[in-house]
Amino acid sequence: RTVEPLEYYRRFLKENCRPDGRELGEFRTTTVNIGKCLWSITTADGSALVKLGNTTVICGVKAELAAPAADSANKGYIVPNVELPSLCAERFRSGPPGEEAQAASQFIADVIENSQMIVKEDLCIANGKLAWVLYCDIICLDYDGNLLDASVFALLAALKNVQLPSVTINEETGLSEVNLKQKNPLIIRKHPVATSFAVFDDTLLIVDPTAEEEDLATGTVTIVTDEEGRLCSVHKPGGSPLTGAKLQDCITRAITRHKEVKKLIDKVIKSITPK
Amino acid sequence: GVLERSREQLLRQTCEAVVLGVLHPRTAISLVLQVLSDAGSLLSCCLNAACMALLDAGLPLAALFCGVTCALQPDGTILLDPTARQEQEARAILTFAIASSERKVLMTTTKGSCSVEEMQQCLAAAQRAADTIFQFYRDSVRRRYSK
Repeated sequence: RTVEPLEYYRRFLKENCRPDGRELGEFRTTTVNIGKCLWSITTADGSALVKLGNTTVICGVKAELAAPAADSANKGYIVPNVELPSLCAERFRSGPPGEEAQAASQFIADVIENSQMIVKEDLCIANGKLAWVLYCDIICLDYDGNLLDASVFALLAALKNVQLPSVTINEETGLSEVNLKQKNPLIIRKHPVATSFAVFDDTLLIVDPTAEEEDLATGTVTIVTDEEGRLCSVHKPGGSPLTGAKLQDCITRAITRHKEVKKLIDKVIKSITPK
Repeated sequence: GVLERSREQLLRQTCEAVVLGVLHPRTAISLVLQVLSDAGSLLSCCLNAACMALLDAGLPLAALFCGVTCALQPDGTILLDPTARQEQEARAILTFAIASSERKVLMTTTKGSCSVEEMQQCLAAAQRAADTIFQFYRDSVRRRYSK
């Protein structure tokens, strides 16, 4: 396995399975913890922990107040930030964020924008004066492949958990008054779910790659779908060329995966909502 | 910034897929792209520039690639190679890097959401447009070496 990793993998792929026992189209066990329970962040306004096999990603959402930008006076801000600290894998060193972390942050920002899961106008409190800024910090605790899927899932779960206190602007003083007792959940319009594939030898497609498989793969594809079956993002950063038919195959699998993940999220949300 | 990094990653991995790196061990190939002006379809322009530069450098390539941007207008029509204004008005922008071998897809990036059928239509349109771009490559190279 260490001397000839590619040959070792090829032997398994010929039998249509993978070293960890999964089939080519099988996902790893997904677990999610939302909200102020044992695993998540208590100081954040919304948090979620997602485990996709060994890949562990935690997302914390903090809401702050700010003045909206001059050219979009009725829009708030959502600022995602993906961090890959050196504790998650030995190839990440501490220091300024590397290319992978920055590309992942850009990807998450694009997903939020493309899927319109949070409409920025919903974050505005007073036109031109006050709006919410949501800082979404996604931190990888254990990197075993498939970072993008886990991050998108964690972000979605955390945002569903966010409770924003109601803010009113006092007419006389012009200052904002935050009412911590009265909280409203965030309006999430769409639920995007990402599905990642790794391409081997230009032909074989495997779903949910581990870190080892990602290193050996010749390319990766990530498809983000929402509940209506619309594509929010098709992300294929280079790698071996794929025909349109193969891409279509990925998309159909992504749509199936979306339904499973949505069911899981709904189940978890229902279990933590106080009756 | 983060946007440049993500573009760099897209370009780098696209080039890595076509450049036959095994023929040049212990070598670094550095590709520097400087944007002189941006009037829309920037990413596909970068892809085309990168491919032609690699050709001009004489590096061994497994295939040529070209970049095509498709804009999906609010009424459903597909516009290839949109200007900056058309990009803003579009409801989705898809950029594809198409390889010269069998017109396979090397790279995809989308902005905005679209349905699966629309994506397939854009892909088909991009593959047809790739023929024009490859013809342009051939003409340019011919002109360069016929002097």
